[in-house]
Amino acid sequence: MAEFGRAALVVTLGLCLYAVAAGALAASYRRRRLALSARNALIAAFGSTLVAAAVLAVGFLRSDFSLTYVAEHSNRSLSGVYKLSAFWGGQEGSLLLWLLILTGYAALAVWVNRNRTRDLVVWVTPVLGGIAVGFSFLLVFVASPFAVQAAPVDGAGLNPSLQNPYMMSHPPFLYLGYVGLAVPFAFAMGALLSGRTDERWIVATRRWTLIAWTALGIGQLLGSHWAYVEVGWGGFYAWDPVENAALMPFLAATAFLHSVMIQEKRGMLKVWNVVLVSLAFCLSLFGTFLTRSGIVNSIHSFSQSDIGPWFLAFIVIAVAFSTALIMWRLPLLRSTTRLESLVSREAVFLYNNLLLVALCLTILWGVAWPILSEAVRGQSVVVGRPYFDFFLRIFGLPLLLLMGVGPLIAWRRASLKGLGRTFLWPAAVAIVTGVVLLALGAGSSLPGLIAYTFSAFVLAAIGLEFVRGTRARRALSHESWPGAFASLVGRNRRRYGGYVVHVAIVLLAIGIAGASAFDSVVEGKLAPGQSLAVSGYTVTFQKLTERETPHAAEVRAHLAVSRGGKDLGPLEAGKNSYKIAGPDPQVSSEVGIRTNYLTGEDLFVIPEQVNGDGTVYFRIFVKPLVNLIWLAGLVFLLGSVIALWPDAREQRRLAVRYDEAGSAVRGR
Amino acid sequence: MLGAALAIVCVVLVALPFLREPEPVSDELDELTPERRRRLALAEERDRALGALKELEADHRAGRVNDEDYRASVGPLRREAALALRALDSQAEKV
Repeated sequence: MAEFGRAALVVTLGLCLYAVAAGALAASYRRRRLALSARNALIAAFGSTLVAAAVLAVGFLRSDFSLTYVAEHSNRSLSGVYKLSAFWGGQEGSLLLWLLILTGYAALAVWVNRNRTRDLVVWVTPVLGGIAVGFSFLLVFVASPFAVQAAPVDGAGLNPSLQNPYMMSHPPFLYLGYVGLAVPFAFAMGALLSGRTDERWIVATRRWTLIAWTALGIGQLLGSHWAYVEVGWGGFYAWDPVENAALMPFLAATAFLHSVMIQEKRGMLKVWNVVLVSLAFCLSLFGTFLTRSGIVNSIHSFSQSDIGPWFLAFIVIAVAFSTALIMWRLPLLRSTTRLESLVSREAVFLYNNLLLVALCLTILWGVAWPILSEAVRGQSVVVGRPYFDFFLRIFGLPLLLLMGVGPLIAWRRASLKGLGRTFLWPAAVAIVTGVVLLALGAGSSLPGLIAYTFSAFVLAAIGLEFVRGTRARRALSHESWPGAFASLVGRNRRRYGGYVVHVAIVLLAIGIAGASAFDSVVEGKLAPGQSLAVSGYTVTFQKLTERETPHAAEVRAHLAVSRGGKDLGPLEAGKNSYKIAGPDPQVSSEVGIRTNYLTGEDLFVIPEQVNGDGTVYFRIFVKPLVNLIWLAGLVFLLGSVIALWPDAREQRRLAVRYDEAGSAVRGR
Repeated sequence: MLGAALAIVCVVLVALPFLREPEPVSDELDELTPERRRRLALAEERDRALGALKELEADHRAGRVNDEDYRASVGPLRREAALALRALDSQAEKV
């Protein structure tokens, strides 16, 4: 079977090389059959990659340890679902997943757009093929998942911390996001190569960008929740380089999603948009490089890594290619209109873009500086949490405020008198919220207080938007309130879906501020019968129990939780010692979490150290509003789905536009 | 063996356009003529102007834009939309 898997990858590489060569020739010499052939090659590449992925999946399910990759990441006792998730538990498998998603997206993108943007797709095919060549080359020559060995009796097993439902979904979601950014990038490059810099590449990729962006956002939240419940350090985001690797393209894509609206509405920012889409894609490559090369663990592992130099070359090519193309086509990207006023919605979008890109580049610098410092000067430098937290506040708080300001300002220009009227209620709500919170003692954290005040402003502004819109719709159509509301959202899905996403970001901001700026912590060594008190809770350590399972030795501290004399029930926290290959077992902290679903607060117990004398050293947090972060994920998904939902009116409008332009646009 | 079979299937798929049309009437890709491209640009401009006008009306109805701002913006927007429509019409006559 290994031979078959390897052959399938070789076929994929050949097909992608053909898609690049034939696609470029067909586009240059305007050859129709050759262009169709190149497109078919890209579609076939998805098929052959799917075959390779199926071979590897079968290898995992059958525990075929003659495959080195399977033996290194699975064992016989692993359950079926974790055997499948072990597919992306290591470098080679995750690269294969990357390629599978990429070829799947590529096949779908060129097929769906085969008619409407035909003169563009002929150039998109070689670009997508070129990206797929990079990954299939790595899988064939550098990091093959089909390397074989004499089969051992059992495999090494999957890292215990990866045996978690969140880790089954977190990597695929992130990859759907990372790889999805290849589609808008390829269409932007296709538009530049063909010289067709009209709006079609934006229209064609609008949904792709939104899908990729949503997947990236959901993937990060799943990863954060995994870190929160499984890693056991008491937080959800550590500004780890690998975490930042996913955040950077997300920020760049967020900026792109906003700035692209200015191009659609005003015909401005054409250069900026192709720069942003290139930045988002290159950062997704950089993120994969950071995660997979081992460079962030130690600069010395870079030279030992097979994949690092190749990947770096790939990134350099992508950056050079996109930069050269943008420079070449600058004359075609000139805007026909100008910003009319610094007090307008497009100006707010521009400020939002500058802040998002500034935050993104600041994080990039924080990630890159230790790597560069060690590579150039040989000095190890740590860029830690204070650096990232500082810039998150500097750029993040104004961004939060702008989310409320944007909807209140009209496109093109707004008078100060008009602004005063529209800002009145949201500003009043924000001021009252700030004063009340200050009176309640929230002034202990100024950034936290500002975040809550701004959040109140944004929520009031968005609420007002929905109320005004529904009222106007009702006056126009004489519908009932729910009918007018549904009609308002249905007729403006992107706009109101966007507002729902903004609500999610506000919930996220409130949750982050609550959990990090207003949390309480207490720690201490407890013997059975002793207690610790924190933020009104009393946590009493009752007893310690031990048990053996087929996978691990489990120690559990049994705790009783009460508040104000009221018993809130039991809680367990402990340690698992996983039996894995090697001399030492892998030990994980199994945290105890008690959630108050009404207030969104968590009591979070970490058993730092279990001692031989039966005592346990505990660290106990109370994290107010932390569960709003996870709720934000659901609201974010809802908003994205609303924005993504097909709009028949929009389709009709575009059909009329393309009918007027002729057959190469419309298709025959 | 399986690998070879997979390769053959893929080669057939790639060659399909040539197998289906060994001697096509035309092998030229459709090209947007400069006139059509100009027309597409004008259609985009028209949609942009009409969209902006529609949005301004909705914002005014909802109370997001006051009467003064509305009056200041609606004139230029209507002119823009009229210009785009007129340009599109004259382009249609040329095509």
